[in-house]
Amino acid sequence: MIDKRVKTVNDAVAGIRDGSTVLVAGFGDVGIANSTIEALQAQGARDLTIVSNNTGNGDYGLARLITSGHVRKVICSFPRSGDYSGFVEAYNAGRIELELVPQGTISERLRCAAAGLGGFFCPVSAGTRLAQGKETREIDGRPYVFEKPLKGDVAIVKAHKADRWGNLTYRKSARNFNPIMAMAADLTIVEASQFVELGELDPECVVTPGIFVDRVFVLGSHP
Amino acid sequence: MTVLTRQQMAWRAAQDLLDGNYVNLGIGIPTLAARHIPAGREVIFHSENGVLGMGPAPKPGEEDKDLIDAGKGLCTLVAGGAFVHHADSFVMIRGGHLDVSLMGAFEVSEQGDLANWTTEDPSFPPGVGGAMDLAAGAKQVRVLMEHTSKKGEPRIKRRCSLPLTAPGVVKRIYTNLAVIDVTAEGLIVREMVQGMDLAGLQAVTEPKLQLAADWRTLSPP
Repeated sequence: MIDKRVKTVNDAVAGIRDGSTVLVAGFGDVGIANSTIEALQAQGARDLTIVSNNTGNGDYGLARLITSGHVRKVICSFPRSGDYSGFVEAYNAGRIELELVPQGTISERLRCAAAGLGGFFCPVSAGTRLAQGKETREIDGRPYVFEKPLKGDVAIVKAHKADRWGNLTYRKSARNFNPIMAMAADLTIVEASQFVELGELDPECVVTPGIFVDRVFVLGSHP
Repeated sequence: MTVLTRQQMAWRAAQDLLDGNYVNLGIGIPTLAARHIPAGREVIFHSENGVLGMGPAPKPGEEDKDLIDAGKGLCTLVAGGAFVHHADSFVMIRGGHLDVSLMGAFEVSEQGDLANWTTEDPSFPPGVGGAMDLAAGAKQVRVLMEHTSKKGEPRIKRRCSLPLTAPGVVKRIYTNLAVIDVTAEGLIVREMVQGMDLAGLQAVTEPKLQLAADWRTLSPP
């Protein structure tokens, strides 16, 4: 019988190795799996590369992972969001590398990795500083920049409802990067607000089918 | 001379948003345009974080922490609205499905080059967000900004001095002094505020301006 649930949040992050690329879904404070990210910090993997739209808030979640020195590099579109003092301190001290990528280019690079594609030609950033050093090509008279796929060793996803197969739904704008990141990593870890029995989710409304999901931690299910 | 307030600038830009348009409003003054849509027009607002059919800020008691806009403030969804994931949200942006991207700017050049993502201030890390996607992808990019910087320097330049967000994309500029179109023949002044003349506007604008034969006074309500 398939049951992707893990008993504790520590089980959810077990085995994540030093140097991993970790996809952290969320937009600001919405749709981000803070409990799982904090468990990763406690688990202790270091030299992580984090792919996320922002860099965390205050002293919890992603910000805590960064300030505690577990992150070597951040790939993001907008590091400045909310109280991002944790990231700024690490950035100004030269302890963390920043790769700035346009927001839609992050999501499409992830989608390429998920879909097994070798990259794509993108009009975004053509003729700007962010295209420097990248291959460019003119297609039908318009300049495009070649963007490579972006794959995660691990994805940390926040879902609203999950069943034991790992079928997922999301809630409102908390969907954001979650379905894309769920597809783009070797190990996809889900933090769900609610567990439902198999068959309860309307198949017309499943956003992430369980094929993309490896582990499900249900919030509040701690023994 | 009647210099426009931020609300009046937003009002002017809103007059050009047509019934049925799909529109993304940038952070800052563009956001204010949503409340100035003329009665009877249905304009659908897109937010880059996966909200199509974004409504105004919630009433007290109706806040939902899972429903935010691109600026990470709480928002609402109108009847008929939809949630999508990030890749689909940027398909809408990059694929030319948005009719208008109304954006703030630091500088615009006479060729329509847009600079609105970094001032190169070394005291904080750079951020680009969805600005380059919106600038490169929308059917039409329009800019809403103060005509000059806080120091009184022109923001409409021969060439942008700041790093570009996208080259050659801006089609119309709304400022607190004028409405200016970016065309192959150069910058055409369509409207000026009460008491402004071409010489006065030229004095705060770097590239050469031409006055449209049918130019009008820009007079907000």
